[in-house]
Amino acid sequence: MREARSLENVRLGTYYVVQLPEPDDFGFWRERARALVQCEVPPDRIAWVEPGGNGDLFSHGERRAPVPPPDARAVRANKRFMALAKNAALHSDPDRFALLYRLLWRIQSNPRMMEDKADADVRRIEELDKAVRRDSHKMHAFVRFRLVEPEEGDDDAQEHYVAWFEPEHHILRANAGFFMRRFSNMHWSILTPQGSLHWDTETMREGPPAQRGDAPGGDPMEELWRSYYASIFNPARLKIGAMLKEMPRKYWKNMPEAALIPELVAGAQKRESAMVEAGTLEFEERPETLEAIDKAIHACRKCPIGELDNSAVMGEGPRDADLMIVGEQPGDQEDLAGRPFVGPAGQLLDVHLEKVGIDRRAAYVTNTVKHFKYVQRGKRRLHQSPGAKEIDTCRWWIESERAIVQPKLILAMGASAARGMLGKTVSISKVRGEPIPLEDGSELWVTAHPSYLLRLDGPAREEQARLFDADLAAVKERLEELAR
Amino acid sequence: MERMASHTVLQKLEILADAAKYDASCASSGTAKKSSLGSEKGIGSTEGMGICHAYAPDGRCISLLKILLTNHCVFDCHYCVNRKSSNVQRARFTPQEVVDLTLAFYRRNYIEGLFLSSGIVKSSNHTMEQIVEVARILREEHDFRGYIHLKTIPEADAEIVHQAGLYADRVSINVELPTDAGLTRLAPDKDARQIEGAMGKVKDDLSEAKDAQKRFRHAPRFAPAGQSTQMIVGADAATDADIVGKASRLYDNFRLRRVYYSAFSPIPDASAVLPLKRPPLIREHRLYQSDWLMRFYGYKPGEVMQATEADGNLPLDIDPKLAWALKFREQFPVDVNRATKEQLLRVPGLGVKAVHKILASRRHRTLRLDDVAKLTLSITKVRPFIVTTDWRPVMLTDRADLRTMLAPKTEQLELFAA
Repeated sequence: MREARSLENVRLGTYYVVQLPEPDDFGFWRERARALVQCEVPPDRIAWVEPGGNGDLFSHGERRAPVPPPDARAVRANKRFMALAKNAALHSDPDRFALLYRLLWRIQSNPRMMEDKADADVRRIEELDKAVRRDSHKMHAFVRFRLVEPEEGDDDAQEHYVAWFEPEHHILRANAGFFMRRFSNMHWSILTPQGSLHWDTETMREGPPAQRGDAPGGDPMEELWRSYYASIFNPARLKIGAMLKEMPRKYWKNMPEAALIPELVAGAQKRESAMVEAGTLEFEERPETLEAIDKAIHACRKCPIGELDNSAVMGEGPRDADLMIVGEQPGDQEDLAGRPFVGPAGQLLDVHLEKVGIDRRAAYVTNTVKHFKYVQRGKRRLHQSPGAKEIDTCRWWIESERAIVQPKLILAMGASAARGMLGKTVSISKVRGEPIPLEDGSELWVTAHPSYLLRLDGPAREEQARLFDADLAAVKERLEELAR
Repeated sequence: MERMASHTVLQKLEILADAAKYDASCASSGTAKKSSLGSEKGIGSTEGMGICHAYAPDGRCISLLKILLTNHCVFDCHYCVNRKSSNVQRARFTPQEVVDLTLAFYRRNYIEGLFLSSGIVKSSNHTMEQIVEVARILREEHDFRGYIHLKTIPEADAEIVHQAGLYADRVSINVELPTDAGLTRLAPDKDARQIEGAMGKVKDDLSEAKDAQKRFRHAPRFAPAGQSTQMIVGADAATDADIVGKASRLYDNFRLRRVYYSAFSPIPDASAVLPLKRPPLIREHRLYQSDWLMRFYGYKPGEVMQATEADGNLPLDIDPKLAWALKFREQFPVDVNRATKEQLLRVPGLGVKAVHKILASRRHRTLRLDDVAKLTLSITKVRPFIVTTDWRPVMLTDRADLRTMLAPKTEQLELFAA
């Protein structure tokens, strides 16, 4: 019945040639395709030819559009097909319009065929759609405008931003809206080999194909942009594959920053090793015995103190002590004796420990910084306080000692020891007398360093000695509680 | 301080972009649609999908101008290159300089917008005010409609942080480390409870603004792209199980859009409290994969943790989904013609898109192995776990060497490990 009707309008065996006015003219394709489907012209009897395409091969074909019979059925096409087809029509594949027609033809008898993702035609149109969307997305991303300053003396002239871009598909016109919405108050032009767009804040004008030379060759802002690109790159992580996947080489030639890539890649490994070296990050595994620490600290040169003429001083005391007493660093006499707290401050400490009844031999006594820091004055080596960075560097060793001895309570004497335990500088007067929980479950008590008492006289010294004793007494009491 | 004045914008940019690169996020997606069309002098648009305007050789997307206002900082966080005790060169932008730079880059289509963070100078409030001032000039004086991501400072007053949310598309607060103990140890000036309190406040502001928007069309928007956070991986002893657990708690409690992971990387002038070597980059990748499993594949945090090995870490040689499947082989093979969507999503090698395609296609045909091959990237990975009309893996899921068979070749691994 249907066949009989359509024969009135289509000659049997006619070969149709459809010449598209523009390579991205989806509207034209749609009109022609609708009429051809209504006239029931099968896909293999139509040649779709785009501008510049070789239409002469089909010189014998029928170029007039067929007129559908007045009672022809409406052509069916679902939303999904239309959405894909609009994009796929912009693809550079010369067979795209034939594919679209073939799908439209098949949809007439199987309206739900677009759901069949395993069908070859369905997969192809999805591929084309995806490629076009990707190309559009890359155009949004990789177009680079260059500023053309207005000529001097011309007051009416505006700043004009011009870009040169080479899209892979026929996407220029379809993406005009994006740049219009984004740069609505700028005068801009996008030049491509297929055509050009010009926006003057009010109207969009289309222009003829352009050449690279028509666009400006640079922009002063590009130096800043390149330096940003180089600075934001983290040379510690090189993932060239990931970069190439998203920013293929074909785009590089129109991106000012891409010229830096080879040198950034080459410099990356070198820079990382330099960073690690400069960062004194050469520690390996934590030593597992006190003997190993002893040996390692003697070889430690991770801060400038280690380079002085001195010898490391290891902590001493029972390996399973409940109490760890931590000072600042060895002094002159400790350095010579190779033992902690044997000089004047150590002797004063012994007096106070005995007074409150703490047995020094039961405690593990050590220092935050393992080497003696000093300045030479004549024959004398004058004590120098370690810097925050030196304490932080040396923290590695005291933490290794803590991990082995596992004391229940740590008494840090002085600001340096407190920093070594807490990682930050605290005020002794604010934190003394109260336990500070540490992450390994032990608790920290902070007090003054005995050498501080040595530097005071008279009532001030008495006052500080009283506070020191009070701290030690509190520690002793707490130790007894913990032992229970 | 005087020396700083002589820094040119170029020098400052170098220092302050370099200092900002340890923040992983550069996303510009998921915000409200904006356009400058029809505005008097406005510039910029956001259309939902983020755009990466360039990629650096580290494989990361460059979408936003990501800089610090200043890298001077009164805090002393050990993992941070800008900590007080670090010897890095310091610089400081004025808010106007940041605005000019953002607009100049934006007009040339280099960027989607600005991601501004800062070291803490003077006080947390002062710093936060400066950050907000940049956003204010951009939005109010230049009618800038591009993307703005502001890092907010948990120690700053809620009032100022709220102001940031009114200008920004997204706000974020870094939790920094996956465990509180790690934070105490490596970021002694920060307080986990204060950070979570600030995130909770932002969450409340977000829901309030959303509520108001439903009732009043012109109610002010508050960070339409939501809030996110970042965790540093490999700087403390936290295992992947700890990290996944923390991330899922954060997603639940603060309705975060994203949790970013940043593999701790050696920083210049590092503190010795830090671990010694950087964790393999692949670890960060595996964590992101596990993040995806929870967000898009219906895995519960507990299930992702089941994929970890005895040491609490995810295997590095295979992805977490495959690791889970190998542990729970009794759940396979899955019949692609009958299985539910949830079951299909668990098949290693089948992504969300492939699963949707399978579900759509099987209404039209009974799927054979060939058909499935057309819908997936690699059928070899999928094959051991599925049944089709013409394919049934014979005892394959019982094979002890299945893991070796499916693990990517070492050469491929290197590509990520770089």
